[in-house]
Amino acid sequence: MHELSVCQGLIGQVERLVAEHGAKRVTRILVLVGPLSGVEAPLLERAFTIARMGTSAEDAELEVHEMPVRVWCDTCQMETEAALNRLVCGNCGDWHVTLRSGDELLLKSVALDIPEQEPAAAG
Amino acid sequence: MCEYCGCTTTPEDIQIRDARGVVHTRPADETSIEVLTGILDENDRLACHIRDHLADHRVLAVNIMSSPGSGKTSLLEATIDAIKSKYRIAVIEGDLETENDADRVRAKGVPAIQVVTGQTCHLDASMVHDALHALDLSEVDILFIENVGNLVCPASFDLGQKANVVLLSATEGDDKPAKYPVMFRGADLVLITKADLIPVLDDFDSNKARKHIRELANGADVPEVSARRPETLEPWLHWLDHQVEEVKKATADRPATHPHHHHHDHGGHDHPHAHPHAHSHATVLDH
Repeated sequence: MHELSVCQGLIGQVERLVAEHGAKRVTRILVLVGPLSGVEAPLLERAFTIARMGTSAEDAELEVHEMPVRVWCDTCQMETEAALNRLVCGNCGDWHVTLRSGDELLLKSVALDIPEQEPAAAG
Repeated sequence: MCEYCGCTTTPEDIQIRDARGVVHTRPADETSIEVLTGILDENDRLACHIRDHLADHRVLAVNIMSSPGSGKTSLLEATIDAIKSKYRIAVIEGDLETENDADRVRAKGVPAIQVVTGQTCHLDASMVHDALHALDLSEVDILFIENVGNLVCPASFDLGQKANVVLLSATEGDDKPAKYPVMFRGADLVLITKADLIPVLDDFDSNKARKHIRELANGADVPEVSARRPETLEPWLHWLDHQVEEVKKATADRPATHPHHHHHDHGGHDHPHAHPHAHSHATVLDH
């Protein structure tokens, strides 16, 4: 279970964005996870509830978008969906394929609550 | 209009597609920052730094991974015996507890740094980086990094190595690559270890293991070796020679580094280089 380490990396990145943008807190984090990244989405979600404690993402919602495993066949030049442990062309069965999707472990976007600048001459 | 809740929205609104492909449209009362960087970005940047540092010293780094008990340390001992007259070797040992493996390697006359990871199930780039500070890389040709025995977690962490070697012992079963696809997909070489036992095992077929590895779109060589039969190590030693040659070629245009002078850029990370103990403790709590 290395998802907690992964979450700590995620929180570190998010905290930097919070500081950069002068945000108050984080409301939502969207990540893209493919099964070949070695990270399990449900475990990542559970680890996030621990990793976010005491950070500016404490109340943030984590959305995990699970990516499909898709391969491009070098032989028949087709892109097909593949099983996690059978990365072969869905059309001709050849293993000379290139992974097109499925190994992502990406921070897609972060929704921040940024306080509005008060006009200087207010009142 | 939002596909999800039917609210009317403006072009500034935020659209998020969830796992089921539904587009949720969020009102623009919050600022959404598009990022699209790797979640392990910090680890990956440190791994790049390590890679650069190793290239400066023309060191081949090999990350050795397998389940516990498949013979990583025995393979290293036999490998050191076979090539220590030819190459200067150093080893980083990753284990949850004990200094036993580093002691076994040191008994062969090779410097070894033990990283005790505590509850952490894998090595990461920061642990390797710390361990490297206890080694004089100008005195090293090949650095073996023996990862924590685990076929799952180590696969996700780049350590700055040139190549991944995954061991599959004959006593484990030939379907391991199908069960642990992330690990075996990333292998540059798979060694079937304890191959001297294959004749007495009736359920291990090396060709079946190879077939599972091909089905992960991996064309890596899969030789059979046994640490107890030095003559079987030939394909592995030949592969190492080839890797060393590749490192030499790739680093030929780098300026020669001054021996015994440890200085390199840390990309903004400020930390001391002097390490009083040849021993590193990981502090990340995870299992």
